[in-house]
Order: sequence, then C-alpha cells, then structure tokens
Amino acid sequence: MTETARQRPEFRNINAISDLPTYRLPAAGWVSILHRVSGALMFLLMPFIIWMFDNSITSEISFASFAAAFNVGVGFIPGWFVKLTALAIIWAYLHHFIAGIRHLYMDACHAVTKEFGKSSAIVTLVLSLGLTAVLAAKLFGIY
Amino acid sequence: MSVNYGSKRVTVGAGYGIRDWLAQRVTGALMAAFTLVVLAQVIFTSGPIGYEEWAGIFAAQWMKVLTFTTILSLLYHAWVGIRDIWMDYIKPVGLRLVMHVASLVWLIGCAGWAIQALWRL
Repeated sequence: MTETARQRPEFRNINAISDLPTYRLPAAGWVSILHRVSGALMFLLMPFIIWMFDNSITSEISFASFAAAFNVGVGFIPGWFVKLTALAIIWAYLHHFIAGIRHLYMDACHAVTKEFGKSSAIVTLVLSLGLTAVLAAKLFGIY
Repeated sequence: MSVNYGSKRVTVGAGYGIRDWLAQRVTGALMAAFTLVVLAQVIFTSGPIGYEEWAGIFAAQWMKVLTFTTILSLLYHAWVGIRDIWMDYIKPVGLRLVMHVASLVWLIGCAGWAIQALWRL
C-alpha cells in the first residue's frame, strides 16, 4: 500500500444542522464561502442572464419586452420577482468581482498576512453589500 | 515507498491544479476588464440609455471580439469553479460524473446561446 493510498483518520465533526448556525466564521471565512455561493448562484441563473443579454441587444421590440419584464413581469412571473432575481445577480456579481480582485491582488503582491486577510475581507463585505444596497434602491425606484 | 517526489512521485490521476489555478485568474482578469469596459461606456454615454445606445456598445467589432472572449472565459471559469464544488461535496463517483456532465452541457449550451445572441447583432 502506498503512502497516498494509506488510510488516514477522518474528522467529521461539523454537523450542518446543529453546528453550522452557531459556527462563527471570521470575515475572510465569510468572503470565502460567499465567493462560492455567489458563483453557484450565477451558474444557476446563467440562462436568465443570457435571456436578458439576448433580449436587450436583439431588437427594439425585444428590448421593450426586456424592460417590461421588470415593470409588469413576464408570463406568470411578476415584475417584483424579476427585480429581486436581478438584485440577487447584482449582489453575486459584485461580491464575486470584488473578492476576485482581492484574490488577484493577494497573488500578485504576495499580500498574505493575517492582518491584510482580515482588513481586505471586511472591505470586500462592506463594498459589495453597500453597492448592492445602493443599486437595490435604484432598482426599486427609491431614487 | 518513503520517497514521494520527483521521478518517484506516486501520481493518482488527480489534477494538481496549477493549470486551473492560473486559468481561473487569467479568465477572471479578462472578465473584470470586460466589466470595466462596459461600465465605462455606460457611464460616458450622455443622456438616457435606450436600445440604440445599449446595443451600440456591443455592435462595434472590437467589442464583439472582447465579448466573445469573455463568454469563452466565463465558460472555462465557471467549469473550474463548479467542478470544484462537486469535487468537494459529492463523494459517490457515479453521481459526481453525472453532475460533471450535466454542468458541461449546461455551460456549453449557455455559451452557445450567448454567442448566438452576440453574433445576430
């Protein structure tokens, strides 16, 4: 039996239901798991994103139906739900974008200290959530 | 079997990740550049943005090429990312294979649709 194939001890002490709600992640941990969550969300919503892209550039008429989806809804889906879905994509994109830039910066500049990990994670969370809030207000017509 | 490096390294058929690690960063940087280019054009358009202005952004040949590159980057970036998720959480090999194949079909289908929409313009 080789080194790599030898049985290793397993530690599976995190229970998704009883442990995760009380599991306290540091800021960098939140950025990390949300990077994954936002990526998966955009993967699942990709057809909606392409539908928006397709309709918005194809013709004057399709552009109008794209705009109408947000105002009056499309098919059985009400407009507010379309807006909410778009907002989810906006958050996912912002988080993934900013956290990605953080990754690139860390790789390019060897910025791997514990302090930088924490402060940049907080900046990522504040920026992504802040910009999402600003765009949410715009999307739902508050200003 | 105490030596497990160099020519004595025992490989088990898994990817060791450097290529995907690099590809993830290069494709990510490309998509970030695309985002900034679109954003800049939206911001520097004077007046309200209707169909003409919006479609006009993507109609320029250089923008079509950049958008095409971005779609392909997205395809590869999302494949690496989503495959990592399946590898982390799905242990049964058969189910994992099914998820991998389904993800590829999903992504290639989406990329085809996006390119079709872009090329109609």
